[in-house]
Amino acid sequence: MSKTPEKLINEKGLRLDGRKPDELRPVKIEVGVLSNADGSAYIEQGKSKILAAVYGPKEVHPRHLALPDRAVLRCRYHMAPFSVEQRKSPAPSRREMELSKVIREALEPAVFLEYYPRTSIDIFIEVLQADGGTRCAGITVASLALADAGVPMRDLVAACAAGKIDGKIVLDLTDTEDKNGEADLPVAMMPTAELITLLQMDGMLTTEEFEEALNVAVQGCKHIYEAQKEALKAKYIEIKEAVQE
Amino acid sequence: MIPSSIITRVKQKRIAQLISRGKRIDGRNLYDYREIQIETGVIERAEGSARVKLGKTEVLVGVKLEIGEPFSDVPNEGVLTVNAELVPLASPTFEPGPPDENAIELARVVDRGIRESKAIVLEDLCLIPGKKVFVVFVDIYVLNHDGNLIDASALAALAALTNTKIFNYEVKDDEVVIKPGYKKLPLRNSPIAVTFAKINDRLVVDPWLEEEGVMEARLTVIMEKEGKICAMQKGGGGYLTPKQILEAVKVASEKSKELRKLVVKE
Amino acid sequence: MPTFFEKRELVAPGDLLAEGDYIAGENTYKENNKIYATRIGLVEYENRKVSVVALKAFYVPRVGDIVIGKIVEVGVSGWSVDINSPYLALLKASDVMERTFNPRRDDLTSIYDVGDMIIAKITAYDRTHNPLLTVNEPGLGKITRGQIVRVTPAKIPRIIGRKGSMINMLKRETGCRITLGQNGLILISGRSLESERLAVMAIRKIEEESHTSGLTDRVAEMIRKEKERMKNE
Repeated sequence: MSKTPEKLINEKGLRLDGRKPDELRPVKIEVGVLSNADGSAYIEQGKSKILAAVYGPKEVHPRHLALPDRAVLRCRYHMAPFSVEQRKSPAPSRREMELSKVIREALEPAVFLEYYPRTSIDIFIEVLQADGGTRCAGITVASLALADAGVPMRDLVAACAAGKIDGKIVLDLTDTEDKNGEADLPVAMMPTAELITLLQMDGMLTTEEFEEALNVAVQGCKHIYEAQKEALKAKYIEIKEAVQE
Repeated sequence: MIPSSIITRVKQKRIAQLISRGKRIDGRNLYDYREIQIETGVIERAEGSARVKLGKTEVLVGVKLEIGEPFSDVPNEGVLTVNAELVPLASPTFEPGPPDENAIELARVVDRGIRESKAIVLEDLCLIPGKKVFVVFVDIYVLNHDGNLIDASALAALAALTNTKIFNYEVKDDEVVIKPGYKKLPLRNSPIAVTFAKINDRLVVDPWLEEEGVMEARLTVIMEKEGKICAMQKGGGGYLTPKQILEAVKVASEKSKELRKLVVKE
Repeated sequence: MPTFFEKRELVAPGDLLAEGDYIAGENTYKENNKIYATRIGLVEYENRKVSVVALKAFYVPRVGDIVIGKIVEVGVSGWSVDINSPYLALLKASDVMERTFNPRRDDLTSIYDVGDMIIAKITAYDRTHNPLLTVNEPGLGKITRGQIVRVTPAKIPRIIGRKGSMINMLKRETGCRITLGQNGLILISGRSLESERLAVMAIRKIEEESHTSGLTDRVAEMIRKEKERMKNE
């Protein structure tokens, strides 16, 4: 069992992992990692490891779930039993059900659902290792998996959490920081038009602190967006460069 | 989003048109709540209870206390558990069965409001550290769904907690012995939820059922008594701009104060 | 009126391609006078039209397209065909049989059974109905020999090449008959297994490098080298 750390921010203003308050953890993203899924992507953000896959659009079964004028987006956020410190039962928890819903609602506005009536687009997010920010990282890779599947989108959806620890507003909390901090604010958005598609908050923030945290989260999302675009284009740029030689 | 019966396109247009002119189909202003009625102590068998009518939405909350074991990672804390049931009789769209994602979201949002505002201090509920604690069950029972279940449920939950009794007890030889008489459950805060719907790019407070049917997104802001935000939840598909979110926070600040007066007597 | 990328530059969903009086072409959308990409691909600016040649996209049926499909179900009055699209296609018995179809006397599985591959043409498709197929034209019907290769449907135009330059080169160099289904399935039928293998290799290379230039020559070169290597074995 982890001990509660005394301080989350030291005298030099650095966090337990050496980061500055507004610094993201190192992010590594790979697109197209699974051969069976129509689209897939994988992310490592600090110690969090999340895999997303998309199947579809395809006809919905059972038929009565189909919508006559648009596709149905279905999303499952799930944590592997070994992903957390104390083994988690594989059965879906209430938290996973809530997150599956808010993640689906975060991705819906980005997809041109009306192009594919009577179909479903199924998104699967598996948290292989959890160290904070899993719903955000899940949204980040799920939107890449959608793009990888060739699903037309208005924009990618980038997500990042801000929060408050030891009285200071910070970006991208680890699990320890989330558990021992004062507030957690996960945000997802379509960065091009700065449209927010996921916003949750728990903890305590004054309205001024909230505004600051929201801005910090939005900036974090923009950085994640750059990483997403790079990862999406990487495969093709690599081939182009190899061919140039 | 809880699916409501299909609203005709004509009505949808009407609702949206009115809203762009600052009015709603039931005559309310954009930031007005419907009529609210709160009744406490309605279920005598429960340790605490309240019924809230928010317009035609009706929610009943019962609070039950039990003695149980604490979680291993927080041995000195009591347990708070919030559950919500979208009772099938409340709406043609509610089916019998285990809680679906809407019921779970509702319960968890109300839970966060109570928990994060520290309305109940869980250490207060500890009986024998590491062994016995009070478990507070807050059960939300939706009786009629006419929109904005979150605000109605949060209000009913708070009202129920304000009149929750804890039985007197004594700890003797590592056992908890119940004694006659009650005292009130100590409440240190009063979280109030204010929910907005975005329709035609405008925000309205306390959406009723048909507004929920046409809304593009939903935002709930829960504020505690000092004016700090203790929980937020964007719901529904759709999106919000940062500007709209900050506007909602400002409005929620005022509205939560108004609503709080109905539940907590100064 | 600005454009924001170079011709044939790689773009991703959400990338702002142009602003002003432009027309939104394939794989783009227009909002507030701005044109954005909806898929990852290469951007094309053609006069007033901005479009994206997608690098990965599934097949959306179009009336008139030739497709290669697999029979997945034998129904009461026809067959369900998987055409590598979100929608299952339907081939009616009446399309295949000359006289009126009698379910008591006629056994559909004797014509096409589950697992059979067919070349067909899409005759109808709209938002409320699944695509309808016909095999009642020359060149269509059951596939009896050859190999089937699957590529992402977006690459079919690249395999055809400008004025057929790529596909003609492939046919010539490999000596195979190559039938392209618009839905991404390709039928290769050659005189030997080796020649079919060459064609498959070539198609895979085109699929992977479709966004680069000078591809036709490189593929031709690869085929020649491979034929040399096989001769020397």
